[in-house]
Amino acid sequence: MYETNFHKASTAQDAAALLAKSDDGKILAGGQTLIPTMKQRLAAPSDLIDLSQVSALRGITITKRKKMGIMKAEGGETITIGAMTTHSEVAGDAELVKVCPVICQLAGNIGDPAVRHRGTIGGSVANNDPAADYPAALLALGATIHTNAREIAAADYFKGMFATALTDDEIITAVSFQAPAVAGYGKFPNPASRYAMAGVFVAKSVEGDVRVAVTGAGDNGVYRHAGLEAALSADWSAASVEAVEVSADGLMSDLHGNAAYRANLIKVMTKRALA
Amino acid sequence: MSEGIGARVLRKEDKRFITGKGRYTDDIVEDNQAYAAFVRSPHAHARIVSIDTTAAMKMEGVETVLMGPELVADGIGNIICGWGVTSKDGSPMNMGAWSALATEKVRYVGDAVAIVVADTKSLAKLAAESVVVTYEELPVVVGSVEALEKGAPQLHDNAPGNLIFDWEIGDLAPTDAALAAAAHVTELDITNNRLAPNPMEPRSAIATFNEAEDHYTLYTTSQNPHVARLVLSAFYNVAPEHKLRVIAPDVGGGFGSKIYIYPEEIACLWAAMKSGRSIKWTSDRTEAFLTDAHGRDHVSKAKIGFDKDGMIVGLKVETKANLGAYMSLFSSAVPTYLYATLLSGQYNIANIYCNVQAVYTNTVPVDAYRGAGRPEACYVIERIMETAAREMGVDPSELRAKNFVTSFPHQTPVIMAYDSGDFAANQKQAQDAADVAGFAVRKSEAATRGKLRGLGYSNYIEACGIAPSAAVGSLGAGVGLWESAEVRVNPVGTIEILTGSHSHGQGHETTFAQIVAERFDLPTENIQIVHGDTDKVQFGMGTYGSRSGAVGMSAIVKAMDKVEAKVKKIAAHVLEAGEDDIVIEGGAVKVAGTDKQMLWHEVGLAAYTAHNIPEGMEPGLKESAFYDPTNFTFPAGCYICEVEVDPETGVTEVVQFVASDDFGTIINPMIVEGQVHGGIAQGIGQAMFENVVYDDAGQQLSASYMDYTMPRADDLPNYSVHHSSTTCPGNPLGMKGCGEAGAIGSPPAVINAITDAIGNNNLSMPATPAAVWTALQDVSIKLAAE
Repeated sequence: MYETNFHKASTAQDAAALLAKSDDGKILAGGQTLIPTMKQRLAAPSDLIDLSQVSALRGITITKRKKMGIMKAEGGETITIGAMTTHSEVAGDAELVKVCPVICQLAGNIGDPAVRHRGTIGGSVANNDPAADYPAALLALGATIHTNAREIAAADYFKGMFATALTDDEIITAVSFQAPAVAGYGKFPNPASRYAMAGVFVAKSVEGDVRVAVTGAGDNGVYRHAGLEAALSADWSAASVEAVEVSADGLMSDLHGNAAYRANLIKVMTKRALA
Repeated sequence: MSEGIGARVLRKEDKRFITGKGRYTDDIVEDNQAYAAFVRSPHAHARIVSIDTTAAMKMEGVETVLMGPELVADGIGNIICGWGVTSKDGSPMNMGAWSALATEKVRYVGDAVAIVVADTKSLAKLAAESVVVTYEELPVVVGSVEALEKGAPQLHDNAPGNLIFDWEIGDLAPTDAALAAAAHVTELDITNNRLAPNPMEPRSAIATFNEAEDHYTLYTTSQNPHVARLVLSAFYNVAPEHKLRVIAPDVGGGFGSKIYIYPEEIACLWAAMKSGRSIKWTSDRTEAFLTDAHGRDHVSKAKIGFDKDGMIVGLKVETKANLGAYMSLFSSAVPTYLYATLLSGQYNIANIYCNVQAVYTNTVPVDAYRGAGRPEACYVIERIMETAAREMGVDPSELRAKNFVTSFPHQTPVIMAYDSGDFAANQKQAQDAADVAGFAVRKSEAATRGKLRGLGYSNYIEACGIAPSAAVGSLGAGVGLWESAEVRVNPVGTIEILTGSHSHGQGHETTFAQIVAERFDLPTENIQIVHGDTDKVQFGMGTYGSRSGAVGMSAIVKAMDKVEAKVKKIAAHVLEAGEDDIVIEGGAVKVAGTDKQMLWHEVGLAAYTAHNIPEGMEPGLKESAFYDPTNFTFPAGCYICEVEVDPETGVTEVVQFVASDDFGTIINPMIVEGQVHGGIAQGIGQAMFENVVYDDAGQQLSASYMDYTMPRADDLPNYSVHHSSTTCPGNPLGMKGCGEAGAIGSPPAVINAITDAIGNNNLSMPATPAAVWTALQDVSIKLAAE
């Protein structure tokens, strides 16, 4: 690891100021990707600004949906997860699991226990690893990414592998989304890294909108699959997925599997997400 | 509870290991210690045009930067392969020069170009990055088949066509004739995938030169520190042998990769002399992928013939072995004498012929890795037997059984003379434990869950406990493969055992003590095992090839014979009895049938006070022995693997793995079972997970755990491990080796099971989900076409 300057921020504003002041600073939001990358000498930030002590960025709030006459469907609560909430906290949140169990299940399968106790949702979303789990969830849930400067819709936020709409000095403070009426996540882990080789998040909102987001398989990061969305909008069932032709075009080929295999995985994982 | 032979004694060494008190090379800090980092080639094949060290030398805290030409000028010798293999035309092997620091060319990514010595590790790395090396890139070849093609890039001038040797064993004409006359011939193309060894502790070294005493000390992660000292002095001219102490303290796994003397140890010793600093170097994980000797990497074509009754009439195998960019210490022996000599498997085969071409490529040198040649042989014979049984429509276990060798000794056509075994007993034991009879029901039940269930056998035999010195000498080995031991009984009766074997996970501190406890009827806590230091142990050949039990313990037995004889003489003298009447039991030395006795420690004291010992006897109680085995030992067994494949994803679950092994006498069943568990884990790793992958430019695509799949606990089943043993007639304890068997026997069992499940025999290791799924698509395409 190259030498770096370590700062402990006490508030998000403090962190933003430190970041602005630094030459080539990086936010440390768990460090489960950044620290190994630095240890391999593949990253050399001048400053590390650690958010682990910023308690305001941590925690999960669930706001009940206002009753409008009669309750139409289940779901619809607004869920806000602070950027520094760890995967383990998301996985184990007793209230969250009641309104959106799939996000708990997803978080509980990220990495290993050590990763889940240090890694955070904000860190994952800021990094936008093309095989990470959260980007698929946020895209499919139509989430909003809150930063110290603004709110960004997930659809506008993810810009291809490791690329996001964040500006240089922008810090994610939280993500929020509406609990879906129904949702599921099917993940096929890479045998070595256990990142997704194909992760498919399917969600139907209380309004009936269907979104299907795919991570790990595309050659430019997380994306929505129009064919699967159309099929599931018409008929929310595994049978309708069966009829969809998932093309291998634009999918990744590497030593773990070619594009044709990943295309197959997308279909299989979609079916499993529905199960 | 007895702590002798056969007892499940808990490992004495585990207290320090599991409490974090082990003392590994990197834990050791010498006075005036500096740190080394290596400038390594980023190219797989290139000419070095120039090296500019100016920026590095200017950095404060940088001691020195040293390069190849200076190393050569100082007379440091090239790294050698210690086993000469002769081609079939009688010519010697073509060994290319390997300097510890490259001089004119680099030949693989990671090839060391310069050593940088600095005050801190971080500074050494920074300085190494600031060394500017200008390369002229050359064309690259990474595969053995491609390297032999006309016009392939040439690695070494003295190895035309990249051919190191073109070796053969057995008789070609009779084998061809037998195959031509066979009622059934099965042919199979077989690739044995390249593996990275991945010991938990990466390689490390600390070199010190004491100018006042003109003496060197090297701490290193070695499986054989004595051989390291010999080679460092006799061949690399780093220091005279009597001026060099090599210590291999606690070593965290080796699997073969720590047998060899690598460029880094040589460069650190030389740089310590040049700089006057103690120099520490510890590999990081990426460096380990890039520089630790890899294993396997064979491409073979095999052909086996049967008569109308299913009896084997001949086996012919042609193998291309990728040895990487340079010849590592035992690299030539692995694909020849440790491989083709085992192609007879457990079977009576009258005619065997094997041709092996060893090839240079722009990859990490390849050498012995757990099993070394024998897994490759076992994979060839056990895959082709299973394939033949399927083609002929017979039960694979019955085809094997009818061809078993049943009388011993059995001379194969490929050098080995099997000394003992009962292959049918192992097969029966494994079949019973695996409930093979109930497989069809389990397969149908799995189908109701949408899973494809398959079962595969592997009836392995291997040759280990290497090896008779004269025999290996006649085959080209540069060393003898005996072992030494010294038994020191202290005046208070406690015992130190000095052994030339080296423990780096095997549990010698426990098992070696057990055989002493058995012999002298003492508690193991009174026995200390000393190893791994050339100043303490005179000489030894180290630990590899499952030799520490069969050879290392036999040396201890020989030394104990001498101690026992002397103890009896002293006791007979003191107790005024005949030597033949003396027995050793219960911590005492007794006159049988009387109440006359000396306590064990009283004999020790008598030997050292020497007030009353037989006339002419030397005082003291210390004996040493060198033991040279008369043959290899031949562990064998039957492994049965059962898998379930998810046809939608290709994911394979090993749902049952049964092992029945014949290891001869077992000293500590718990430790032996641990060896089998670990060996099978590595075998399943090879079969389903692990693979070193290079791109065409010679870059390793799998040089981290993000892409190199190590088997993990949740990938593996609970093993069902059994023993059915015959005694080895070749050594005093009747032992066979157990350290490599699991890794040798398991890969074909796994692939035979998966190919059985998916109905497609065309599947290479590793059988990753993608590979299995792809093979399944081929099946469905074929079915659709029919």
